[in-house]
Amino acid sequence: MKLITAIIKPFKLDEVREALSEIGIQGMTVTEVKGFGRQKGHTELYRGAEYSVDFLPKLRLEMAVPESMLELALEKLCAAAHTGKIGDGKIFITPIDQAIRIRTGECGEQAL
Amino acid sequence: MDKTDLAWVSLSTLLVLLMAVPGLALFYGGLVRSKNVLSVLMQVLSTFALAILIWFCYGYSLAFTQGYAFIGGFSRLLFSGMVDTAHPEYVLAGSIPELSFAAFQATFAGITCALIVGGFAERAKYSAVLVFTAIWMSLAYLPIAHMVWSPGGWLFERGALDFAGGTVVHINAGVAGLVGAYYIGSRMGYGRESMQPHNLPMSMTGACLLWAGWFGFNAGSALSANETAALAFFNTLLATAAGIAAWVAVEWKRKGKPSLLGAISGAIAGLVGITPAAGLVGAGGALIIGAAAGALCVWGVNGLKRRLGVDDTLDVFGIHGIGGIVGALLTGVFNARALGGPGLETLGAIPYQLWLQTEAILTTLAWSGLVAWLACFIADKLCGLRVSPEIEREGLDIHSHGESAYQR
Repeated sequence: MKLITAIIKPFKLDEVREALSEIGIQGMTVTEVKGFGRQKGHTELYRGAEYSVDFLPKLRLEMAVPESMLELALEKLCAAAHTGKIGDGKIFITPIDQAIRIRTGECGEQAL
Repeated sequence: MDKTDLAWVSLSTLLVLLMAVPGLALFYGGLVRSKNVLSVLMQVLSTFALAILIWFCYGYSLAFTQGYAFIGGFSRLLFSGMVDTAHPEYVLAGSIPELSFAAFQATFAGITCALIVGGFAERAKYSAVLVFTAIWMSLAYLPIAHMVWSPGGWLFERGALDFAGGTVVHINAGVAGLVGAYYIGSRMGYGRESMQPHNLPMSMTGACLLWAGWFGFNAGSALSANETAALAFFNTLLATAAGIAAWVAVEWKRKGKPSLLGAISGAIAGLVGITPAAGLVGAGGALIIGAAAGALCVWGVNGLKRRLGVDDTLDVFGIHGIGGIVGALLTGVFNARALGGPGLETLGAIPYQLWLQTEAILTTLAWSGLVAWLACFIADKLCGLRVSPEIEREGLDIHSHGESAYQR
């Protein structure tokens, strides 16, 4: 099992969710986050006061997938979140030791 | 008594109320950070209410009764002698009951006091704001209103023109806000931390209520449903549009983007500019005054603000002070008949009128500025002007008022 953590542009969420649903991903967790990368921030001007906004809003998606689905999931995720412009985001993959479905107590890939 | 006039002035009184609460409160409220929005709404509402109470007790009497060159008398304390409820006929002021005139003018005193809180918003102690308001209104608003508007008042007799309160309301409040902001000091983190407005749609709502209410402020100042009211009404519409256009154009050119905050600031600037001129200039004059106020107030909140180095939180001086001065001066120009106005007979009369306008502006700047300083001094000694650094960090809403605007 692997945990996919993806940082994406907020407006890409629906496309990503649809693409992943199609290949049978059963669930994901979405968090609104702020951060910076190569995109940097922008400046905002209110009357005479100028502020540089260093952290831009992004979404962090987390989903656990069986080893067998990893390649396909990453491929779909990349395609759906892609715009080709700076700031599209990143994907990180980490191993999962164990997964448990709280309702039934199922363990491992059964729980995903 | 003229029933049409009474209906119009009563409606105008309601419109000025609409300007102050909710208009000004929401305009200001949206511009501060979310932790301080309730404190600003509360200060606007409270200072307005306090001003009405003072107006009833002694304010109206000192402002509008016969007395001296600088202040009126005590003959209308608690509105005495104005209304005998046993008799169906009330004492008249012009063609309306004096009670209605006093009510209309009460809302002017209220909004002027409420305007000032924008200068020291986000750090002033609530009790200090109330003390400041009581002192400033008694020693600055009442004398200036008397001098400019009341027969026997010094500037009135000299012939200074102020149709609806360019000097009495806007320059008066503008300089008081500036002195207040200077006395209390900058907000913590000013110039280093982000202090961006927390809700611009709220400010937009407030600004548009201000625009709508301003028709009562300006056209109501004719005190009659007559041609002067019609002229003031249209000028209020036109000058505001010019103010928006001018601010947006200047900002777009100089800063690269036309902002909504700029557009609504331009509307307020145009409205402030046309206030002293509303019923005293033609449409062409109104257009130029609105545009000039809009363009110069961009400087008021940028170059001038930087040069003054004072954290005038909501730009009370940059917009009301500068807009008021521009309007007061240009009233003396476009009042001339040759320039479309109803007043000055010849172009040659303009320089002297400009001097009279300048005299009124300088008197207001000096008088209101000194009183504001004194009011800050007394409020500081009595209850402390400023909240503690911890309270300022965490927000005035929760500490001063025990409530918060939004769930976290």
